[in-house]
Amino acid sequence: MEPILTINNLTKKFGYLTAVKDLSFTINKGNVYGILGPNGSGKSTTLGIVLNVVNKTNGDFHWFDGNITTHDALKQVGAIIERPNFYPYMTAEQNLKLVCRIKTVDQSKILEKLELVGLLDRKDHKFRTYSLGMKQRLAIASALLNDPEILILDEPTNGLDPQGIHQIRQIIKDIAANGTTILLASHLLDEVEKVCSHVVVLRKGEKLYSGRVDEMINSHGFFELKAENHKELLNALEAHSNIGNIKVEDELITAFLNEPMSASDFNKLMFDKGILLSHLVKRKESLEEQFLQLTDTIEINQKTA
Amino acid sequence: MLRLIKLELQKLWLNKVSRILIFVSFILPFTVLVLSSIKINFFGFFTLELGELGIFNFPIIWHITTFFASYFKFFFAIVVVSMIGNEYSNKTLKQNLIDGLSKKEFILSKFYTIIFFSACATVLIGLATFLIGLYYSSYTEASIIFREIEFLLAYFVKLVGFFSLCLFFGMLVKRSAFALGFLVILYIFEWLVFWGAYEAFGSADTAFKVKNFMPLESMYKLIDQPAQRIVMTKFPEKGDLAYDYALHWYEIAVVLGWTALFIFLSYRLLKKRDL
Repeated sequence: MEPILTINNLTKKFGYLTAVKDLSFTINKGNVYGILGPNGSGKSTTLGIVLNVVNKTNGDFHWFDGNITTHDALKQVGAIIERPNFYPYMTAEQNLKLVCRIKTVDQSKILEKLELVGLLDRKDHKFRTYSLGMKQRLAIASALLNDPEILILDEPTNGLDPQGIHQIRQIIKDIAANGTTILLASHLLDEVEKVCSHVVVLRKGEKLYSGRVDEMINSHGFFELKAENHKELLNALEAHSNIGNIKVEDELITAFLNEPMSASDFNKLMFDKGILLSHLVKRKESLEEQFLQLTDTIEINQKTA
Repeated sequence: MLRLIKLELQKLWLNKVSRILIFVSFILPFTVLVLSSIKINFFGFFTLELGELGIFNFPIIWHITTFFASYFKFFFAIVVVSMIGNEYSNKTLKQNLIDGLSKKEFILSKFYTIIFFSACATVLIGLATFLIGLYYSSYTEASIIFREIEFLLAYFVKLVGFFSLCLFFGMLVKRSAFALGFLVILYIFEWLVFWGAYEAFGSADTAFKVKNFMPLESMYKLIDQPAQRIVMTKFPEKGDLAYDYALHWYEIAVVLGWTALFIFLSYRLLKKRDL
């Protein structure tokens, strides 16, 4: 696989605070990556370092094969950091022209990209007259001007209304569908879950996990169950070797699997035992549950260690 | 280089305030020149015609126009500090870097623009002086016309040096208004240095020599005040008014030294800074 960004043992200290601690990971071409982590976990700092606006304390990183300076590499990268930053007194088109000059790309794509984000009819309006959603869409158009190898988005839906969030997500999905590598930093887990194939999970500047989303924790999923005969179901579950943890919330029983098992096999098994299920759902943990589980287990491990 | 100048000129030209300020800093020196060259009639009592005073004679006109025109550098100084301040307040500096401009290129684009503007201002004032001189001057031999044309060079170096200082202050404090305030503080500081040197050496002459090495004073010294010289041309017998108004290579060297230092420090500041 062709690496786009390689980070080795990157560390950033702000005075006594260590914002990023010994972080290493690689971004490969063609995948959609998410960087997950609560506020203040070092997501934006990491992106700031690789985007040439924050100085690293230790470690190193390189773009592509490493034979190119960071600022030249950034000409092939599209990035949007937190808030869209443009010259308020220039129109959308003028702002994009300036970006073209910086990136040394032809100005012919400006109208095409404005159309892509639905701003073509507002191209001659000054940037300061734009709503936040429009500003964010202009930022995406600007990041796409050079048809980048990788698109980096830091909290792209922060502060937007539901309609704006929906528009941005749709645009991201369209771009991902074209095969562009995407790196999406967010604390909104469902956002990452909807578009990403790989994740890097950060907490307090440290990497907890990096890899495919579906391999984040060892899990074969779980059943959510209800039955007329609550007690008997519980007993049957406890006796079954394939069932690990069991959680009970009122009528609802959640049974975690040790080995893979289909819902119909399980249903048949229960029926044979004379237990009639009134509710049976097989699910995998959502990213949020996985994330919490991952951070919890590590916290427990740290306490016991 | 052309790309960096174009980049900065687009930022400046599309901004209404800086466009007006640039316009003013180019136009105002001329209106003053034009005003001073017309006859002013004081209600019929007497007419004051500056042209008749001989101040528009070659070669002294080079000295006089560059000296007075350099006061209008403050208008462009505002543009310089605001072109840094705005990049910070709009966070466009950050965006420029993310888009692939290097920190070095960022500083260079500002510096090239300063040189470009100073060159334009020098050419314009040179042309205007030449034309006004041709019209008024009693001497029109080429050797006299082009004597002391080095004041144009002094004017150019003075502008570049002063704007580089503004650029540095802009980078240092990130806000236009504070940066201009720093200029005042520096002015006061230079007088404190003068006072300190006076206390140390006990002679005003030595103290002035020390002060001549300070940024603002060294720029001012490039073009000495011409008033004394005008008086001298009217009353040549007053020998005690004689002073050294000529441009010296070491004066230029000091200002160029400061310029290099300010640009270098601006770059260092930006390089060290987390945005």
